[in-house]
Order: sequence, then structure tokens, then C-alpha cells
Amino acid sequence: MDSIADMGGVLGYGPASRPVAGEPPFAAPWEGRAFALTLLTMGRISGRNLDAFRHALSRLHPLDYLSDGYYGRWLNAAELMLVDSAVLAPDAVNARVRRDRGEDVVEPAFPEPARPDYAPTGPGSLREVDEEALFTVADAVVTADAHPRGPSKLPAYLRRRRGTVTAVRPAHVLPDTHGVFAGENAQHVYTVGFDSTEVWGPDAEPFRLHADLFESYLTPDEEGAS
Amino acid sequence: MTERLSPADRTAALESLLVERELVDPSVMDGFIARYERDVGPMNGARVVARAWTDPSYLAWLRDDATAAIADLGFSGPQGEHMVALEQSDEVHHVVVCTLCSCYPWPVLGLPPSWYKDPAYRSRVVREPRAVLAEMGCSLPEDIAIEVWDSSAEVRYLVIPQRPAGTEDLGVDELAALVTRDAMVGVARL
Repeated sequence: MDSIADMGGVLGYGPASRPVAGEPPFAAPWEGRAFALTLLTMGRISGRNLDAFRHALSRLHPLDYLSDGYYGRWLNAAELMLVDSAVLAPDAVNARVRRDRGEDVVEPAFPEPARPDYAPTGPGSLREVDEEALFTVADAVVTADAHPRGPSKLPAYLRRRRGTVTAVRPAHVLPDTHGVFAGENAQHVYTVGFDSTEVWGPDAEPFRLHADLFESYLTPDEEGAS
Repeated sequence: MTERLSPADRTAALESLLVERELVDPSVMDGFIARYERDVGPMNGARVVARAWTDPSYLAWLRDDATAAIADLGFSGPQGEHMVALEQSDEVHHVVVCTLCSCYPWPVLGLPPSWYKDPAYRSRVVREPRAVLAEMGCSLPEDIAIEVWDSSAEVRYLVIPQRPAGTEDLGVDELAALVTRDAMVGVARL
């Protein structure tokens, strides 16, 4: 879906930051706690469904996505997944903060959990599929003109672009359905290469860009193949 | 607008709620944190690179099946299900990003550094990589071709930097000490 998480090509975030040697994984203790809580939360909803977690990230309000950095958005997405599954009541976290600092608040009761009736067929995201891959290396392809309301791993900046298959990768569960607990629908995945001018116009910096795209995002480019 | 509560306070509140619900065990959380603070990080990827520099058969394996070659050193697991090695050369410079989230090869590089998670990097390295790399202190010669890899599914990329000149006499451990996280993502050259 079009969301704050889909950042490719967006301008306005300023210059890239210079790497700092020896940067620790967590800038503050709460970041490590938020990291571990999120990993555990994913397992408490329905399997460790990474695609559902990423979809929760993309459903955050932009302020909730950006304001507290990477682990802030993890925390907010974990909370969203827990509220979706009625493990926590909406606003339970904020009420607990206010109670802990001595405010006179009534905390909401724990609701009756309603987790998705769904289980992955195996660990991880890679699967074997029976269907043969539709495309092979060097095939010319066009990306979809897709505007889904749900999860998708086709970046907005790569819609309706013509590219060439760089590599055929193992099949993956399809985030578009797996991420909403509606089926794995494993598909072939391809690394597809694009000329920068195809994506950013004739004045683009010259370079080659590759992205990993699901088979259903691609159709043969009859014109490019001729 | 309502007050924004601090993420540190909200994290503590969420932890206390989930402990109360018996859904998380703080000691399990401590274990996850310690693992990524102590055991998993760019020192793992550096060992892959140093072995690729010194062992041609290992390099061939890495090209053919990076997941298995990397697992041979003991590095596998979440965010490393299917690994691909990208070799830097005098002609080509590879750089890796995830524009949709901040996907990163955890088993070999640990958790991503702040610049990798920064919207400035995620948004622009797919649009003007040469300019972004220069901002980060990596100015490339004009004649080197740039290849940008957007990790938009579950493939994870490890950049194999070029072995620096004058290191012919160094052993694998000394070579590994030269390899940086930034060079293994492609925002620095050694």
C-alpha cells in the first residue's frame, strides 16, 4: 500500500548521515527492550509473521513511524498488532505509562484475545513451489500498475517500469496475502534490473538498480523482448 | 494535540503489560539483546570476506551458493535465509538498501546501523547513489559503474570489498580486522 514506509525516491529527508565507527546496536537501553519485545510479540500473534509486522509498520501514522526512530516504529507496530489481536486494549500502553508516573487513570481491562486463525506451513519465508518459473535471466519484464490497499512489496517507485531479469531466486510466501493472514501463496521471486533513466527520467545519474520482485508483479515486456 | 509519551516509558509499559499477561519472559528478552550486542555483528561478515580473499575455492562456493558458504562459518538464521554475495571490482561498485523497511543481513552484519535505517539513505540511494555515497564520505571515481540493490523481498546481500593492496602477508584474522561494516554494505571502500 502507499505508505510512509515506502520511501524509495522521496525527497525532503536531507543529506545521508555519515557512518560512525563502532556504533552499538542499541543507542539506549529501551531500544534493546523494544527490539526483543517486538520479536516476541510477533511469535505471540500467529507464527513469526514478518510480513504482518511489516504491514503493521506501513499502517502507522507517519508521526508514529518517524518520531522515535527505528525501534520507536517497531514498538508502535508491535502495539498495533497486539491491539489488532485484542491481546491489549487500545490505549492500554499509554494508560500504563500514566499510571506508572502517578496519574489518576483507570487502565482498560485486558480484552478477550482474538488472534488470527492462521499458521505458517513452515519456518521462515522460503518455500518450494511446483509451478515452473515464468521468467528466466535476461527476460524483459514490465512491473504492475498496482495500487493495493493491503501489503505489497512492489515499491511505488518501481510501478510500470521496464526491466530485465537479473536472477531467479527461491520462491517466497507472498506478503500480499501472508501479511494479512490470508494464505502463503508462495511464488517465484526475481531480481529485476532497471536502468536509472527508466526509473528517474533522462537526466538521472547513470546507474543500474535491482529489486527483488514477486512473479505476480511482473508481465512479459513484448516490446522490450523484440 | 495529545502529549507524545516517551518511547522509553512506552516500552517499559508494554513490557510490564505483557509480563502481567505471561506473554513475555524478561530473561528471554535479555538473551535476545545480549546475542545482538555481543555475538552477532559485522565481525561475522568480516570472516566471510577474509576467507573469500584467501581461499579461491571458498570464493567459488560463495558465488555459487552464498547461503551454504556462509553457513559453513556458522552464520545463518533470521534475515539470512537466502544470501547473495556481491563482489566489488575496479569497474563496478555495489551498494545495498531496503527502501520498504530496513532489511539487512543479520547473521553476517548484526542489526543495521543508524545511517542504514535513516529515511535520507533509504529514500535517495536508489535515486542518486553517487551523490548519496559522496555525502557519506565515499566519493567514487567517475568511471566506476554503480549497481544499487533494493532488498525488497527476503534475499539478503553481502558486499565483498576488494582486498586492499599490500596485504599479501597478512593472515585470515588480520585480514578480517581490516573489513568494515560500511564496506560490506557498499557505502565505503577499503
